[in-house]
Amino acid sequence: MSIIANKMGIQLKPKTKLKESIEMTTSTQTNDIVYDTKELNLWYGQTHALKNINLEIHEKEVTAIIGPSGCGKSTYIKTLNRMVELVPGVRTTGTISYKGTNILDRTMKVENLRTKVGMVFQKPNPFPKSIYENIAYGPKIHGIRNKKLLDEIVETSLRGAYIWDELKDRLSENAFGLSGGQQQRLCIARALAIQPDVILMDEPTSALDPKSTLKIEELAQELKKDYSIIMVTHNMQQAARISDRTAFFLDGEVVEFDDTNKIFANPSDKRTEDYISGRFG
Amino acid sequence: MKQFDETQLKNRMNSRVRNNRIWKFIFLLSTLFGLFVLAVLMIRVAIDGLGFLNMDFLTGRLSTNPDRAGIMGALLGTVWVMLVVIPVTLIIGVGTAIYLELYAKNGKFKSFIETNISNLAGVPSIVYGLLGLTVFVRLMDFGNVVLAGGLTLSLLVLPILIVSAQEALRAVPGHLSEASYGMGATKWQTIRRVILPAALPSILTGSILSLSRAIGETAPLTVLGIPALLIPFPEGLLDTFTALPMQIYYWTLDSSLVAEYANLAAATIIVLLALLFLLNSVAIFIRNKFQQRY
Repeated sequence: MSIIANKMGIQLKPKTKLKESIEMTTSTQTNDIVYDTKELNLWYGQTHALKNINLEIHEKEVTAIIGPSGCGKSTYIKTLNRMVELVPGVRTTGTISYKGTNILDRTMKVENLRTKVGMVFQKPNPFPKSIYENIAYGPKIHGIRNKKLLDEIVETSLRGAYIWDELKDRLSENAFGLSGGQQQRLCIARALAIQPDVILMDEPTSALDPKSTLKIEELAQELKKDYSIIMVTHNMQQAARISDRTAFFLDGEVVEFDDTNKIFANPSDKRTEDYISGRFG
Repeated sequence: MKQFDETQLKNRMNSRVRNNRIWKFIFLLSTLFGLFVLAVLMIRVAIDGLGFLNMDFLTGRLSTNPDRAGIMGALLGTVWVMLVVIPVTLIIGVGTAIYLELYAKNGKFKSFIETNISNLAGVPSIVYGLLGLTVFVRLMDFGNVVLAGGLTLSLLVLPILIVSAQEALRAVPGHLSEASYGMGATKWQTIRRVILPAALPSILTGSILSLSRAIGETAPLTVLGIPALLIPFPEGLLDTFTALPMQIYYWTLDSSLVAEYANLAAATIIVLLALLFLLNSVAIFIRNKFQQRY
């Protein structure tokens, strides 16, 4: 996985081996913290969208973020790679430290952050290019020109997203010819091609049919061996099925953040219980 | 319980359907009106001009004798002017559109510039002629040469091109650029690799349409003092020239002296129209060839 690490200036660990050693010696509870959010506040103009968020997101887990529409969950995940700044008039206070660096600091280069944090969007958004070019896009913008290396990255990434077998003979076809579910897995493979540590998924299955949804969920389970995954979802069953920890957002605040089993079996806040039992939202 | 009276509903239904038919007819009529006027124009021009249109006319030099007059000089002049207008408008126009649409922050400065560009698009072309005369012909002392004419016509069509290129850039779906930013691409990389390729067909269509306008403009050229005399064929940017619309203008003006000049003007109009159709077909070809679905 670290083929292009040097060229891209990214420190990659030998991920699989590390994971194995963790499984043997410790439980997932003690995984390192990848994102530490402290007193995060965010405004869109006058609207106070995130209020005093404090969250610790752990490495190599799936962290689910649930909550009703407009609760700030998408805003929060987009703050983690600062994509939220594409909206004009956004202001933030507080800190989000990513492996010890405050990413909200003005001196932080967003381009650098985003090579370590891949993102998968709500609607599959492949480029109007060939399947190969879609995957090679990330490495290319980071300056990789070597054809052989690009070929390797494309194969590794597609294998990583478990669609190599489906697509290996169609690499030169336009990505728009794929089904919605395949497009979304292609987008995940595209995110893998920049060899990130974290993958943000913003409601990645909301535009997909149940069968494709299942595939993405299985994929998320596989990927957490090597990557930290943060997934916003509208679907509470999905959060319960695949996540290790769940954060429940309501009106821009974190109501509850705990082990997924605990949240769904025995929530400590009444509002969480009301939401997951379907009384509102 | 029904809150509608069934019979009333039925009566109203008839008048609604009738209304729909009347409006459809009105819209069809407005379409046909435009087509009718265009057809009359084309037929008249064809009747007057086709007889005079032949190879000698296309390749001949200008002459006061209608039987020997040709438009090679004007045709070359128009081509030379285009060679100035195309690169100048494309580079400045697309550059401005990219800055305004993708780099400039929303605010007073941006809206000030955008309002001015829209206003400039509505300024009569003869005013641009005066501007060109003052700046290019006199102040910069080019004289009434290809470069001065080309730059004046560039200024004239720039606002239209900027606005259409801005619209083309705006039409590129935001989720494509998000995907690119999400992988750590810079703004310029995203523009060059994602936004521009997606907007290119519309930008080219818009450019060719505004170039068509530049080809047909007469008023600014008359102000610049572009002659229709027995001048040598233009061979460079600093040669004096005449252009197809100027030729049409002068021949129409003098048709009271020599009746055949009207036919020569009509023949020249056919050549000009053919040139415009050619440009438009190129635009359509480019659009169909490079258009992408999202």
